[in-house]
Amino acid sequence: MNFPTDLKYAKSDEWIRVEGDTATVGISDFAQNELSDVVYVDMPSVGDAFTAGQSFGSVESVKAASEIYLPVAGTVTAVNDALATKPELINQDPYGEGWIAKIKVTDAGALADLMAAAAYQAYCEERKH
Amino acid sequence: MLEPLIYDYSRPGRQGISLPEPDVPETALPADLLRTDLDLPEVDQLTVIRHYTRLSQLNFSIDTRMYPLGSCTMKYNPRLNEDTARLPGFALSHPMQDPDTAQGNLELMYQLQEWLKEIGGFAGVSLQPAAGAHGELTGVLMMRAYHRDRGDLKRTKVLIPNSAHGTNPATASMAGLEVVELPSDARGNIDLAALKAVCDDTVVGLMITNPNTLGLFEEHIEEVVQTVHACGGLIYGDGANMNAIVGVVRPGDLGFDVLHYNLHKTFSTPHGGGGPGSGPVGVSARLADFLPGPVVGLLEPGQGGRPPHYGFVTPPKSIGRMKSFWGNFGMLVRAYTYMRVHGASGLRGNSENAVLNANYLLSKLRAHYHIPYDRVCKHEFVMEGVWPEVPGVHALDISKRLMDYSFHPPTNYFPLIVHEALMIEPTETESRETLDVFADVLIKIAEEAHTQPELLQTAPHTAPIARLDEVSAAKQLVLCCRPIPAWAEAR
Repeated sequence: MNFPTDLKYAKSDEWIRVEGDTATVGISDFAQNELSDVVYVDMPSVGDAFTAGQSFGSVESVKAASEIYLPVAGTVTAVNDALATKPELINQDPYGEGWIAKIKVTDAGALADLMAAAAYQAYCEERKH
Repeated sequence: MLEPLIYDYSRPGRQGISLPEPDVPETALPADLLRTDLDLPEVDQLTVIRHYTRLSQLNFSIDTRMYPLGSCTMKYNPRLNEDTARLPGFALSHPMQDPDTAQGNLELMYQLQEWLKEIGGFAGVSLQPAAGAHGELTGVLMMRAYHRDRGDLKRTKVLIPNSAHGTNPATASMAGLEVVELPSDARGNIDLAALKAVCDDTVVGLMITNPNTLGLFEEHIEEVVQTVHACGGLIYGDGANMNAIVGVVRPGDLGFDVLHYNLHKTFSTPHGGGGPGSGPVGVSARLADFLPGPVVGLLEPGQGGRPPHYGFVTPPKSIGRMKSFWGNFGMLVRAYTYMRVHGASGLRGNSENAVLNANYLLSKLRAHYHIPYDRVCKHEFVMEGVWPEVPGVHALDISKRLMDYSFHPPTNYFPLIVHEALMIEPTETESRETLDVFADVLIKIAEEAHTQPELLQTAPHTAPIARLDEVSAAKQLVLCCRPIPAWAEAR
């Protein structure tokens, strides 16, 4: 399982890549593996604003529908339209082509609560028993 | 063998029935309403009978095999219920006839309201909701109305544990309220510290299932109720798991303000395809005025030789109707029958046996499957359908393999807080012999998982249709059989 070190991870299994005051968000390799085949992604609209930890959409697989939470406060600047027809991109490339939204970070305060790759990997191991 | 579609039997001009000549004058239909392209099958009567009989034989039902679907309480639907529901006085009554000419029906509904009040420890009951989730919506709308009526407009949050049925947050959202998820503690209870941290004057109430979807009784239920009440919130009880506690604990006595019953679970009316359902709600005194109306009231008690007089009454602050007419009346007759047959001690006995059966299975399976929240359960329990040494086998594979042994799979992947969850509810109506066979089969499947994992991964092998491609099924919906889209035909 893949845990890129340039990302930060939330307890609810989203990753975030911060570049200046913008960021890209998706769900982790662990999360896509747990969900199994993703069949639908409910995405926010460009311009929607969310607080840190607020649900900004959901990912649906043959097993479950799961809310996705924005790791930091922000306003959506782009969504990954490719997921509408190819939700499997989340399974195939969760950190690349399977990104879900890009945001303008409005409050980076919550960044400090997120995990680095090693800590997140340990957190995933722990949950497998 | 797969049964063809009824259209595949169709031959031009073939008829199943000869209609008699009309005995009323014929009128020409308006030309613009006539169509020539109506695609209906043309089939003889015997072919129709055989087609649908064969389809019915492909059904899996509680009448054919054990159905251990957690939180669904797939218990036996007694045949006596069907007899009483077909009595002409019930079956032939019309929802729009004068209630004075249907006093027997009203008396049955009144008595059922009274019994559900007694069983739940409630001040009032409405029989209107058509099923469980409908009862939930009814309950949450009453909670919302209660706060508004007091002029308390800042309450917008509904607290819901992470072990809850998915219908709970859906209900709260549908009522326009905001969902706040509560974590569970290591023993499967609501995390009390987390609950205390979110309880304030913006809380509408807590939606709780007790026993919860892990099949576990909340060990701090009194403290949970006190904490929510202390901040002015109400307690909504999801009665899906009521079959564990009838005659043992009354939710009203615990401080619940509203609870829905599932007559199609706890009180033996058909569930799943055999419905419709029925989800009456019971409420505490402070919510009684908000019940959806009308409910049945005793207008005049009987006196001397004169029978009592029943009528429909609407509570003063009613949230209004939740359903046209009088609820799913046929189900009310069946539930009434069940309650009359068993009586108070019998209903308690059924709950005790439901709990006994679940613990019997749990004790047999504990050595073979990991039980993440392992303590004495109520009517159901949740185990993990995965072993670290065979990571390629999943809960779904175990479920599919169970079909080869003629058992319905348990609930899969729910509750969400258990990894690869298998949620098993045997109910009280399975015999010890059936439980033994079921446990033996699950133990055998656990062995197979270790010795021949591919046997599970490719199951089912004996069902009419092999493993379905669930991903394609979810992505490429075929919602109409005629005409069949070319890409589907190609498969």
